[in-house]
Amino acid sequence: MQLQTVLHRRFRGERGAEFVYVASSAAILGVDAATGAVVDAFAVPGGRDQDAWIADQADRELAESTLHDLVDLGVVRPVGESPAPRATLPPMPFPLATLVLNVTNKCNLTCTYCYEYGEDRLTAGDGSKGTGKPKMDDDTARQSIDFLMRSSGDRPQVSITFFGGETLLNFPAIRVATEYAEETAKSFKKRVHYSLTTNATLLTDEVVDFLTKHRFGITISIDGDQQDQDRHRKFQKGVGSFDVIEPRIRHLLVTNKERKGRSIGARVTLTSGAAPVPHTYRFLTQELGFDEVGFAPVTAGLGRDYALGEKGYQKLLREFGELAEDYVAAALRNETHGFANLGDLLRELHQGVNKAHPCGAGLGLLGVSTEGELGLCHRFVESKSHSVGTVTTGIDEATRTAFLTQAHIDNKTDCTQCFARPLCAGGCYHEAHVRYGDATVANLHYCEWIRGFIDLGLRTYGRILEANPKFFARFES
Amino acid sequence: MSNVPNDPDVPPRRPTPRILACNQKARQLAALVLAQRGQARALTQDPPPTQYPYGCTTIFAPGWEVDSGNGTHGLCQPIERDLYDCYHTCYWPAQVPDGVTNSPKWTMSCGAPMQDWKSIDLVFP
Ligand code: SF4
Ligand code: SF4
Repeated sequence: MQLQTVLHRRFRGERGAEFVYVASSAAILGVDAATGAVVDAFAVPGGRDQDAWIADQADRELAESTLHDLVDLGVVRPVGESPAPRATLPPMPFPLATLVLNVTNKCNLTCTYCYEYGEDRLTAGDGSKGTGKPKMDDDTARQSIDFLMRSSGDRPQVSITFFGGETLLNFPAIRVATEYAEETAKSFKKRVHYSLTTNATLLTDEVVDFLTKHRFGITISIDGDQQDQDRHRKFQKGVGSFDVIEPRIRHLLVTNKERKGRSIGARVTLTSGAAPVPHTYRFLTQELGFDEVGFAPVTAGLGRDYALGEKGYQKLLREFGELAEDYVAAALRNETHGFANLGDLLRELHQGVNKAHPCGAGLGLLGVSTEGELGLCHRFVESKSHSVGTVTTGIDEATRTAFLTQAHIDNKTDCTQCFARPLCAGGCYHEAHVRYGDATVANLHYCEWIRGFIDLGLRTYGRILEANPKFFARFES
Repeated sequence: MSNVPNDPDVPPRRPTPRILACNQKARQLAALVLAQRGQARALTQDPPPTQYPYGCTTIFAPGWEVDSGNGTHGLCQPIERDLYDCYHTCYWPAQVPDGVTNSPKWTMSCGAPMQDWKSIDLVFP
């Protein structure tokens, strides 16, 4: 029989241990040198005849049993084997887990790269003066909570995320929604987890008190030290925002620590010209006291001066690699490290996550506009093209199912030969919508970056596994 | 896959001496593989299996005309009934339409096969 190694990625630890990441199952197998050689031997176009190959081996019995094991574990398979049945959608209507409330589409900053303001925005009008209501009213906030409770099936826990614009420009709606959710959750016997993203300009004592009391998961958008922050994150008059946010962030972090709140993360938008990632990481964790930091390359149309060119992405990968060294060092001491991108990736790798859809948008997660309209996620809420209902009338299930069916990884033929598929699954719908005008297509302009990053994750995984396998127990549920 | 107990509840870290199941998915996969090992076996194997699967198609026989003992006594009796028995009970997918998934109504038009077997329609796959 003709056998062939399936789509996979080989990687090594530092001390020579060899691994295989199997793309069809997202399994990670450690292999000895002989087994690794078998994996490689069958990884040839058209495959190999198993009998002929076995006959050629010095130890035929060993060769045969190794091959047999690899076939059983799905690493080597018969050529032309009919593909496994296509994973269908989970039973619909899929219960919601998270609702993102865009409580305002106004902002007090005018970050040059923002999708609400820049040329890439989806909203008609000009951002802060967009067509929708600028703020969500209290009724809509309460209706959103009712909607979430109704639409989350028997999930014992739901999440409410507040988003904007600058979220805190509508603190009253956040307060109303939170207090109302607290009440409603009791009758539905659910726990509620709250989170919010803010630019920190409006973190007054009152706000900080409220957020920490309700154990909010808080993410602060900040680009780094003063120079990096003030480069793009400016007030309308062009003044940088660092001096305003710094004391507020410090106050938040201290209060949150006292109250033993959830960890607070910084979210950094990476543009060309930004300081090296390890520098920014150290500044935000050591100087300011953030628990974790996530980095996101800017979403930008081609030709913007802040866009990361190909060189920019290569540089970024190198810097991620440098910061990964810190992560490994911490992991070997059995400590958590706050490099959120890598931590999340390692978690997914360890669990063996294998995605049919890139993210939860439209599935477990929906966004709500200021007017109560439902979108696939917070970024889509103003885009009429992907409306999936309203909080009062409920989800338009036909549209939702049609979108998810179309956006399934099996329809992204460009991704069939990509080892990163189990984790990337084609990437962000919103990004695809902006870039290609079709939210269901693969983000092929990102592939190299994604594969480079996942490769870094695999190598890091291998190194930690070699030296301190216990570390990964924290990722097991 | 010898050094791990054949128990799907024990996550096998090492499905074989040469392969280590590292992440959670690999462990689940290895547990599944181990649990299913030995389940599929040739009926001519020594010692022979103690349980036989249901249906004539699962018994190794050189063909439809004779049974595993080279006789006809193990076939449906009389053998003319094969048409119906294969269709209804045994699910013989190659020779007759299968009544399980594809052609559940195949023989509906035929009330008394001795007289009107010609009314059974053709099935085009
Ligand atoms: S979008 Fe690119 S990196 Fe992502 S799965 Fe598809 S081919 Fe791979
Ligand atoms: S579509 Fe993009 S922005 Fe929206 S939830 Fe998914 S990954 Fe995030």
